[in-house]
Amino acid sequence: MFLINCPYCGERDQQEFKAGGEAHIERPKQPTELSDDEWAEYLFMRKNIKGIQFERWNHAHGCRKWFNMVRDTSNDEIKAIYKMGEKPPTQ
Amino acid sequence: MTKNLRVKSSEYIDETNRISFKFNGKTYHGFKGDTLASALLANDVHLVGRSFKYHRPRGIMTSGSEEPNAIVQVNPGTNRTEPNVRATEVEIYEGLEASSQNCWPSVEFDIGGINNFLSPFFPAGFYYKTFMWPASFWEKYEFFIRHSAGLGKSPTTSDPDIYDHRNVHCDVLVVGAGISGIMAAKNAAKNNFKTLLIEEKNELGGSTIYENNQFNKIDNKTPSEWLKKEIEELKNIQNLEIKTRTSVAAYHQYNYLLARENLTDHLEAKNKTNKIRQRLLKIRAKKVILATGALERPLIFNNNDRPGIMLSSAVKKYSEFYGVACGSKNVFFTNNDSAYESALSLYNKGINVQAIIDIREQSESKIVKKVKEAGIKIYWSHTIVDTSGYKRLNSLSIMKLSNDGTSVTGSKISISCDCLGVAGGWTPAVHLYTQSGSKLKFDEEKQIFLPNQNTSEQISVGSCGGDFKIDEIIKNLNHKLKDNLNIKETDLDNIKVEIDQENSKRNIWLLPSDKPLGKTKPFVDYQNDATAKDIKLALREGFRSIEHVKRYTTTGMGTDQGKLGNMHALGIIADTAGVKMGELGTTTFRPPYTPLTFGAIVGRNVGKFFDIFRRTPMNNWHVENKAEFENVGQWKRAWYYPINGETMHQAVQRESKAARESAGILDASTLGKIDIQGSDASEFLNRVYTNAWSKLAIGKCRYGLMLNEDGMVYDDGVTTRLGENHYIMTTTTGGAANVLGKLEDYLQTEWPELDVYLTSVTDHYATASLCGPNSKKILKKIIPDLDLSDESFPHMSFKEAKIGNVQCRIMRISFTGEHSYEINVQASYGKDLWEKCIEAGQEFKITPYGTETMHLLRAEKGFIIVGQDTDGTMTPIDLQMDWIVSKKKYDFIGKRSLYRSDTMREDRKQLVGLLTDDPNIVLEEGAQIVSELNQNPVEMLGHVTSSYFSPNLNKSIALAVVRGGKDMMGKKLFVPMENKNINVTIASPVFYDEKNERLNA
Ligand SMILES: [Zn+2]
Repeated sequence: MFLINCPYCGERDQQEFKAGGEAHIERPKQPTELSDDEWAEYLFMRKNIKGIQFERWNHAHGCRKWFNMVRDTSNDEIKAIYKMGEKPPTQ
Repeated sequence: MTKNLRVKSSEYIDETNRISFKFNGKTYHGFKGDTLASALLANDVHLVGRSFKYHRPRGIMTSGSEEPNAIVQVNPGTNRTEPNVRATEVEIYEGLEASSQNCWPSVEFDIGGINNFLSPFFPAGFYYKTFMWPASFWEKYEFFIRHSAGLGKSPTTSDPDIYDHRNVHCDVLVVGAGISGIMAAKNAAKNNFKTLLIEEKNELGGSTIYENNQFNKIDNKTPSEWLKKEIEELKNIQNLEIKTRTSVAAYHQYNYLLARENLTDHLEAKNKTNKIRQRLLKIRAKKVILATGALERPLIFNNNDRPGIMLSSAVKKYSEFYGVACGSKNVFFTNNDSAYESALSLYNKGINVQAIIDIREQSESKIVKKVKEAGIKIYWSHTIVDTSGYKRLNSLSIMKLSNDGTSVTGSKISISCDCLGVAGGWTPAVHLYTQSGSKLKFDEEKQIFLPNQNTSEQISVGSCGGDFKIDEIIKNLNHKLKDNLNIKETDLDNIKVEIDQENSKRNIWLLPSDKPLGKTKPFVDYQNDATAKDIKLALREGFRSIEHVKRYTTTGMGTDQGKLGNMHALGIIADTAGVKMGELGTTTFRPPYTPLTFGAIVGRNVGKFFDIFRRTPMNNWHVENKAEFENVGQWKRAWYYPINGETMHQAVQRESKAARESAGILDASTLGKIDIQGSDASEFLNRVYTNAWSKLAIGKCRYGLMLNEDGMVYDDGVTTRLGENHYIMTTTTGGAANVLGKLEDYLQTEWPELDVYLTSVTDHYATASLCGPNSKKILKKIIPDLDLSDESFPHMSFKEAKIGNVQCRIMRISFTGEHSYEINVQASYGKDLWEKCIEAGQEFKITPYGTETMHLLRAEKGFIIVGQDTDGTMTPIDLQMDWIVSKKKYDFIGKRSLYRSDTMREDRKQLVGLLTDDPNIVLEEGAQIVSELNQNPVEMLGHVTSSYFSPNLNKSIALAVVRGGKDMMGKKLFVPMENKNINVTIASPVFYDEKNERLNA
């Protein structure tokens, strides 16, 4: 059970949060101009890395804010947490 | 022949407090302070159970939670009965009853014992190999297995006890209250760390508390005396909480631990009632100090499982702590000095020790000399090759061990004995450590796994960290505490330790016998009857991974998780495969460390607290008027209102007719409501709904369909424009929370530039939906001054009004196809509003209707219910709702997906109406639809999604999804059922009032 440091509320138990999948997948600005393959890439393809992964999390039972997390999926170590719109930290 | 084996009054046993208890129906006596195991041993009862596979007689092996054999059913036949309880952990109380498990008809005469003599036919993987073929025989095998196996019986009546959960936060959590744990907790608390010390036993002090060995001194006192003084001082320390009878079951990442606190298990039945039996502590600790100690290893030799064969440390604890001699003729078998301590302890209490068999060539430590001086015979370089005594050990045969330890030589010596203490060295209890995700390394010299890489703020101290001698323990504990807690001084700085302990040890994982391995039974996992032979067989058959060997042989898979034998299993695999232990890895220890009750896991979340439920403000009216309820999400919704013993069908037919003929009223309070405000609210709606919103005038309502980005229908509902920058959106009852979550997601992550604020107001409003040709007249009676003319208040529009002093929002919208109004008031006025409507509707015979009638009425109109007629694979086009998809809008959620090759296929399943040729047959929802009856296998074209008997049309109607259904109007198809085929015809999904004339009736 993670202890997650919500950037708005502070450290809270994982059960207050909802995972939202891979981060930094931007919704295309002009979807109609994409081919089926390009749209499918956005819609379906996710990396599911073993190791350092950038993820979206939502403090669903708290402030309801979305934020980003860098997590090592091999040992569940949370490397960084940053707000939506902020640049991911560089290693 | 009941013998009294009490040896000397022990300070931990209250001999003035005699307690009677029953075991297997027979009454025995023990004293306050006894465990079931110590009390049985005092009565010379060793045989307490049968093993799982061979039903071999088994006795008490240990004195703690690692016990594999002495597992009993406590209080059988009562509502408090509990299976698989370790006799070594049960504190006895007046009236306690316990019985053996896994034996029939009795532990003394067990029919399953025949398996023992058939054991050549029960090798590893026997169940896999035999019972899987031929498949059709499985039922017969299953019958046999189910009747001869099984560990204990679960209670058959509901649990009378209360269980509790508690969240605990602390700076330092110390697990285990032996010498290391006590000193760690004491120093942490003294340095202002909020400290919690947890101990699974009732008493503090671990094994040091009864350590009276004259060779070891701490500050010139015996370790026992010294530690008692330290424990005494704990009482005066602030910041320290101590929980005994509390077992840490799980250690998760981020220092999150679950511990089970036992509060009443040791009390008499009359004192158990109305108290919390167990409490699950959910602990979040900043730092964790593991002081879980070490478990003594057995030795693996032929017939090493007989009642009377115990761990040497347990024999010592029973004598020193409980004042019980485990036998009158005791022998020890060892590979290190520990057994000598036990032997000396017994000797000092006047208990007979026949001999010590040591596989080492020699040892010159003081304690060995002392044992020699006591005249106890020591057999160096010897091993036990066999034991005898079916229900109780009565003799051993020993032989000289060859130099390489793989065979025996010379002649056999027979030693008569009734108790054998086995000492195979010590295994650090690293179970919790590895559960936390931390990694072990193998120490080749000590032949143990030790903590290596910590993944959270934690340290392992004392013997679980690999320190076994008191001087090492104290020295390393001091370093680790200073380092980890960042403190400069501790109570340990000036402690003087004198010690004479030697760590010399000869490690042989599997001891040889004069018989070939195939003819011996060297048990590795006692509970599951896995022998060294089984492990070797698994390797011969090609299993390599330790995890596979474990499953194939069931080693370590009992309720004790193989706490005693896992290391030997690894060792035997390594030796056989010719690899090093360290390269083999170790099996994963998983929670719980000791079993948890279901009660502790669920806590208070039982009965009506199992899940929360929500009730509308009108709920009491529904109850008073005898409504039946159905669960919709977490809501309890009125389903139908039977009168005069009506069936559901009769009630729904009556309600449905009344709603169309005069007036009906529905409690619609559960619909999700989201208040949307902000200067970009219109643009936001444009992006989330498929249709256009910019031109919706203030005071108007519009139906909207929301898709997922994959183009599939997600939710629907009516949204009303309350002001220039203010909307109120309704969602489906079940979808409310998810829709809000999804909209927030887009707002926060994709469109942060939009000025929009979302607020859930579902609970803030109560909604009564008035419908039917007389609804207007009823509303007029309630709000006489409101202009209800079609010009002023047309369909799909909104008005604010007042009922008395109560502000309300009225939407003229319809989910039934009838002229209807949805009246929203502040939730607290909901019941009042409802009663006013009923009163005003009296003269029109207003009929309250529930969700079932609502479903029927909307089906007559062909309106979909998201989640019933859709299933996450339906686009608006599939639903034949092309009209709601804006062609002009550049983008909305899911738009691009509607033009994917797959979503544009003509042969997708599409929503259609379905009429049965016989109008009286009502189809079953979920029934399959086919076009051919004589094909095998037949192609499924689709299925029925909604089906009712319409009282207004006097025929059966249904909605269905059918492949290519859109172009099949009038086509004859079949719905094959178990006993008949139903002829159906595809029709328009709108069955009633196709021109929508009734909306303005
Ligand atoms: Zn938060």
